[in-house]
Amino acid sequence: MITSMPQRGRRAVITGVGVVAPNGIGNDAWWAATTAGTSGIGRITRFDPSRYTTQFAGEVDGFDALDYIERRLKMQTDRWTWMGLAATSMALDDASFRPAEHDPYSMSVITASSSGGNEFGQVEIQKLWAKGASHVGAYQSIAWFYAATTGQISISHGMKGASGVVVSEGAGGLDALAHGRRAVLRGIATVVSGGVEAPIGPYALTCQMATGRLSSVKDKTAYRPFDGQATGYVPGEGGAILLVESLESARRRGVREIYGEILGYGATHDGHHPWACPPHAAQLTRAITLALRDARIEPDEVDVVFADGAGSRGWDELEARALHAALGNHAAVVPISVPKTMTGRLYAGGASLDVAAALFTMRHGLIPPTVHVDRLAPDCALNIVRTSQRADVRTALVVARGYGGFNSALVLRRMRAADIPNDNDLEDQ
Amino acid sequence: MKRTAITGIGVVAPGGVTREAFWEALVAGRSATRRISFFDAAEFRSQIAAECDFDPQAAGLRPQEVRRMDRYAQFAVAAAIEAVADSGLDLASEDRERVGVALGSAVGGTTLLESEYVVVSDGGRDWLVDPGYASPHVYQGFVPSALASEVSVRFGAQGPSVVVSTGCTSGIDAIGYGHQMIQDGEANIVISGASESGISPISMACFDPIRATSSRNDDAATAARPFDRDRDGFVMGEGGAVLVLEELGRACARGAHVYCEISGYAGRGNAFHMTGLKPDGLEMSEAIMDAMRQGNHKPSDIDYVNAHGSGTRQNDVHETAAIKRALGEHAYRIPISSIKSMVGHSLGGIGAIEMAACALAIEHGIAPPTANLTQRDPECDLDYTPLVARRLPIDVALSTGSGFGGFQSAMILSRDALGEAA
Repeated sequence: MITSMPQRGRRAVITGVGVVAPNGIGNDAWWAATTAGTSGIGRITRFDPSRYTTQFAGEVDGFDALDYIERRLKMQTDRWTWMGLAATSMALDDASFRPAEHDPYSMSVITASSSGGNEFGQVEIQKLWAKGASHVGAYQSIAWFYAATTGQISISHGMKGASGVVVSEGAGGLDALAHGRRAVLRGIATVVSGGVEAPIGPYALTCQMATGRLSSVKDKTAYRPFDGQATGYVPGEGGAILLVESLESARRRGVREIYGEILGYGATHDGHHPWACPPHAAQLTRAITLALRDARIEPDEVDVVFADGAGSRGWDELEARALHAALGNHAAVVPISVPKTMTGRLYAGGASLDVAAALFTMRHGLIPPTVHVDRLAPDCALNIVRTSQRADVRTALVVARGYGGFNSALVLRRMRAADIPNDNDLEDQ
Repeated sequence: MKRTAITGIGVVAPGGVTREAFWEALVAGRSATRRISFFDAAEFRSQIAAECDFDPQAAGLRPQEVRRMDRYAQFAVAAAIEAVADSGLDLASEDRERVGVALGSAVGGTTLLESEYVVVSDGGRDWLVDPGYASPHVYQGFVPSALASEVSVRFGAQGPSVVVSTGCTSGIDAIGYGHQMIQDGEANIVISGASESGISPISMACFDPIRATSSRNDDAATAARPFDRDRDGFVMGEGGAVLVLEELGRACARGAHVYCEISGYAGRGNAFHMTGLKPDGLEMSEAIMDAMRQGNHKPSDIDYVNAHGSGTRQNDVHETAAIKRALGEHAYRIPISSIKSMVGHSLGGIGAIEMAACALAIEHGIAPPTANLTQRDPECDLDYTPLVARRLPIDVALSTGSGFGGFQSAMILSRDALGEAA
């Protein structure tokens, strides 16, 4: 019986990862492509993009929802939910976690979403305005809203614990994981967390283009964060679902391979303007500093940074300044990667996928590259990893921002078998 | 662990735009449901809603804010302005890095998204829509995070900011999120609540085929009839409420007026069906009991229950069972009511409006009624406070929420512990 109050001594670790990404479906395919520098960005194929200034995106080619869910459920849900359910199955398999064997109330679902089931929504609005109200289908009410994926995961896997949906655009992936950790600290054993996004439809693209932040370069190298010639970002679809688990639960299950621990988190808001770049990097800096402090680590303990990498000059420079302010001298030497350059920005799925990349980096000792960055802007004096790099990575920092002023940072710590505390090290639970 | 006080309340509700007008309408038992005036609803099965007569500039919004924000964001900013003023806080002199924002919405900027879609698709003719006709603000409708962004910007709040979007429990869950931010020391003050403006053709249309909404179009004023044997679904509403949440010790130290404390918050999922509810109310009762354990509340401590009471048969039966399972015999002895009978069901916004109602119920010692309840459903055998508000001392109030996706949430507000903290 869970009483949802903070308990001392509980720790949140990640034991399962499931990836659906433009450069690979499934952990192995995605990681192989990511470390090889293989991009999933190309000219949009899901519709004719000719009339749009942005014509390139990271699409997940070859994704068949029926590989993961039944036809009836597919009809009732958006592509975004298909990907969420697929990534969930992969993450549960990866963790060797069988929900049916666990107390339903000990399992939660807390995902991030930014645009919900937007393509399903476009179809139904189209029917409404072209044909009339009686043509709107019965599933619109459960497919479009932002909670659809969390709800369907909860139902599919019988998870009855406190669940949630967190929305903060590109920062959402980290905020959902942090809220997942909060649930674990309040007695939940496992949380299906992270997020995916499916924003590659005609209307969705129109909405994104209105921000003025998308690149209109018609080439797969269009998205080049921290480059002096940055032209904006390329959108993408997919993301990662992660199984967050209490250390106690992971040990009880006999998990030998824990990816890592969620060691620290910090979040701030610029509180400045609904879309404009703030004049200083104080709040992004503070998000990173809060995460380091929460993790009780010094800046030089960070072995790799997965940067937000907005891909436009002002925002990139701001992030570079924040990294220098938060990490001090270490900012110029710590390896920094933006594997998003191979997928595009995935909104709620983006930071989740970066966390997956950080966990795989720690496990395999291989930092994935930032591709297509040619010449760093002079105001971005950072050690951007351009080709895969071997490194002993114990601690990773992931930085994410959301349109509208959201800043989040997460610190992850590798946990190898020898790092898993034995009974004597743990407080009584 | 830190505790959360409520020190400010702001409301934009149908029939009562401002906290005092809202409360006055509730106590009077006045329904604000009517035939939809926002658009021609003649072809819809449900043609009624609880609309807000809302003037954003009168509520304190600037012309630029009105221009760029969808209606649901305007509601939240207006309610936040009122709540912050009510709290007596001078945010300019506060450490704004310690001021967070947690707001809920179920469908976000749907109204803006739909109206823009009509333009860019040329009335639904073009699938490959023309971006040349899009408003520069359309992305604000595409991502509901715009809601939290706008409120953080308005108050210069630099603490953590987030939107919680768990369908019809978004309101309780957003306030629960804000409460946990204070418990965990992430903020001293959280501007927290929820809003919704779902009275648009697409939102109305999506509930028609599943017959979730009332079709009592010829009697709009009494169409919302939770727990009545003649009820036939919920009546769509709109609006929002914002609370100022504040770390209790700090609120007491500055001599703030503390309405009450959040003494419990919990959620569960039924993991059963996106829209269906089982009659046993099991998971909702588990959420209620979790919230009670957090505050060390016995069933007999609960003085008033603000029910989800949407006015669908399955909800009313489910919820009645949940309250009985959680409170036992005591469930028969206390007033229960659904204010959706008056303000309609504003999806993600209503949970926050209901928390505002609970705080005001404690403040004034009045349980608002369930309007339009003249013939109680024999399957619902509790005291639903029909028609007339009831005066009684309320120290502890419970509010419940239930929504698509299977989400069940409960929150308890209480003032019994306040003396000890002060």
